[in-house]
Amino acid sequence: MTATTAPRTKESRRPRRAVGVPRASLRRYDPAAPRRSWLFTVVTGIFLLYALFPLAYLLINATKTQQDFISTFGFAFGGHFALWDNIVQVFTYNNGMFTRWLLNTLLYVIIGGGGAVFLAVLAGYGLAKYRFPGRTAVFMTVMGAIAVPSAALAVPTFLMFARMGLTNTPLAVIIPSLVAPFGLYLMYIFASESVPTELLEAARMDGSSELRTFFQVSLPLLAPGIVTVSLFTATTTWNNYFLPLIMLKDQNWYPLIIGLNQWNQQAYIPGAEPVQNLVVTGSLITIVPLIVTFLFLQRYWQAGLSAGSVKE
Amino acid sequence: MTTITHDVAGTGASRPAPKLNRRRKDWRGWGFVGPFVLVFLFVFIAPLVYALASSLFSYRAFFDETVFVGLSNYLKLFGDPLFWSGLWRVILVLLIQVPIMLAIAMFLAIAIDSGRLHGSNFFRLSVFLPYLIPTVVAALMWGFMYGTNYGLVSQLNGAFDWHLNPFANRWILASISNVITWTYVGYNMLIFYSSLRTINTSLYEAAAIDGANEWQIVRSIKIPHLRGSIAITTIFSIIGTFQLFNEPSIMQKMAPSVITNSFTPNMYAYNLSFSSGQQEYAAALAIVMGIITVAIAYVVQLRGLNTNEGRG
Repeated sequence: MTATTAPRTKESRRPRRAVGVPRASLRRYDPAAPRRSWLFTVVTGIFLLYALFPLAYLLINATKTQQDFISTFGFAFGGHFALWDNIVQVFTYNNGMFTRWLLNTLLYVIIGGGGAVFLAVLAGYGLAKYRFPGRTAVFMTVMGAIAVPSAALAVPTFLMFARMGLTNTPLAVIIPSLVAPFGLYLMYIFASESVPTELLEAARMDGSSELRTFFQVSLPLLAPGIVTVSLFTATTTWNNYFLPLIMLKDQNWYPLIIGLNQWNQQAYIPGAEPVQNLVVTGSLITIVPLIVTFLFLQRYWQAGLSAGSVKE
Repeated sequence: MTTITHDVAGTGASRPAPKLNRRRKDWRGWGFVGPFVLVFLFVFIAPLVYALASSLFSYRAFFDETVFVGLSNYLKLFGDPLFWSGLWRVILVLLIQVPIMLAIAMFLAIAIDSGRLHGSNFFRLSVFLPYLIPTVVAALMWGFMYGTNYGLVSQLNGAFDWHLNPFANRWILASISNVITWTYVGYNMLIFYSSLRTINTSLYEAAAIDGANEWQIVRSIKIPHLRGSIAITTIFSIIGTFQLFNEPSIMQKMAPSVITNSFTPNMYAYNLSFSSGQQEYAAALAIVMGIITVAIAYVVQLRGLNTNEGRG
């Protein structure tokens, strides 16, 4: 698998299609200059609509009051354009609890996700560039861990943490987030491909210590890979639901996702105030940072996914 | 950290490249891998061992003590209809939703890669966007749209005199599958697309010169090339499906009579632990699910790689 696909990866770095070079051949299909088709675009566009219309629904309904949310058509605007009011309410409702949840989420992403990236980069690099006793065992175990349902581990982790008094503290969310087997795997591939062993040898000849070589020679080469792994890890941590759900009881430590779900459940509790307009607007606020980051750094997503798909 | 500098101080810069250094044991890699392995042991291996051990015990409320019961939790599980019906539901999703999702993803990847779409970059970015949306937000949005009281479906029912109910018993799996498909189609598409981009374009040109049309190129070059990616996406989908929890658990409030506490094995494990205090039984369930997942993922991987070698 690896042997057959690796050379193709190199090939793909050259430009695939000559843009602006007309090579139209009427007789036979020319792969270098495929003709664009409106019909095909429209047919495929069905899936585009499918992907985007729930987001449009979210956007439209974030502009509605709770009353309009319940009474007006889902894809029509309500009587009042209440987007701004909703945003203000999201941040002030419940004594500004949303801000607290946002800060908690940032804490989990920066400490938990950041720590996971740090550990994955070190370990991926170590596995790629050193041959040490137990290397294969470490590699196989971590790869096996990708296949183990993480939710299957969450319950025993909860029981273990409960005995140690860690549950209902930020540590209960941060510590399990520190391990990202998929991140390690991606980093291993990046390090194998982008850090030439000869360069490390040269640095060693010059008397550079292993740690200094890592920081001064390897780290700059690994930078694009680190961005990719950071994106994956940050998104996973930002969107994590199961782990904080079981670990946290005190809503002061909730991340955004758990908080939003709690707001939504108010609609189903007799006597509680339904605030679905805030759930929708809060959801919008929750996903905006993810979408903006994605659009700015989108090439790194594809880099990660292609590394993952080509090598395995 | 200290171990790295320590090792380096002892071994010095005069050592040859680690690759060649097979005879004397080279422990330097552990300095990089060590921190990850430590945390990994704590949050992955320890809970696994804990779950294995505790699944052999049972809590007797009458005596208020936990007693060793051997394999009886496992025997009880194999005779538990709630477990089997939950397992059957995720298997149904696996057999129906996963192939549909992967087929759409593959179609989109080939369409975007073909260069025949207008605005193919817009397609690629838009279809991937849902992957960034937290499952909680996705489930809430779709849940609002499915709603028969004031959701989009109720409005359609009112307008066209339909009687659709996505939360009805016979539709609920399809409704949940739709949310999963929506979330993950773009992710899988990007894996397929990245893999297609690694095909050497001279292959297409050679095929076209031999008179192959576009459909033949898709069938004989592109789809065979995707075999490795199909194996990977299938494995990830199997792991994800067996862990199914977020979508049904969030929609439970919207369809409480249809989505039971044992709707999926993971929900069952969660509720056994946190509602009925049968943590030892839940541990046994988690382990059985883990074994089933790993076994199926392993078989798919073997099959995927074998056919690939046969072709490659």
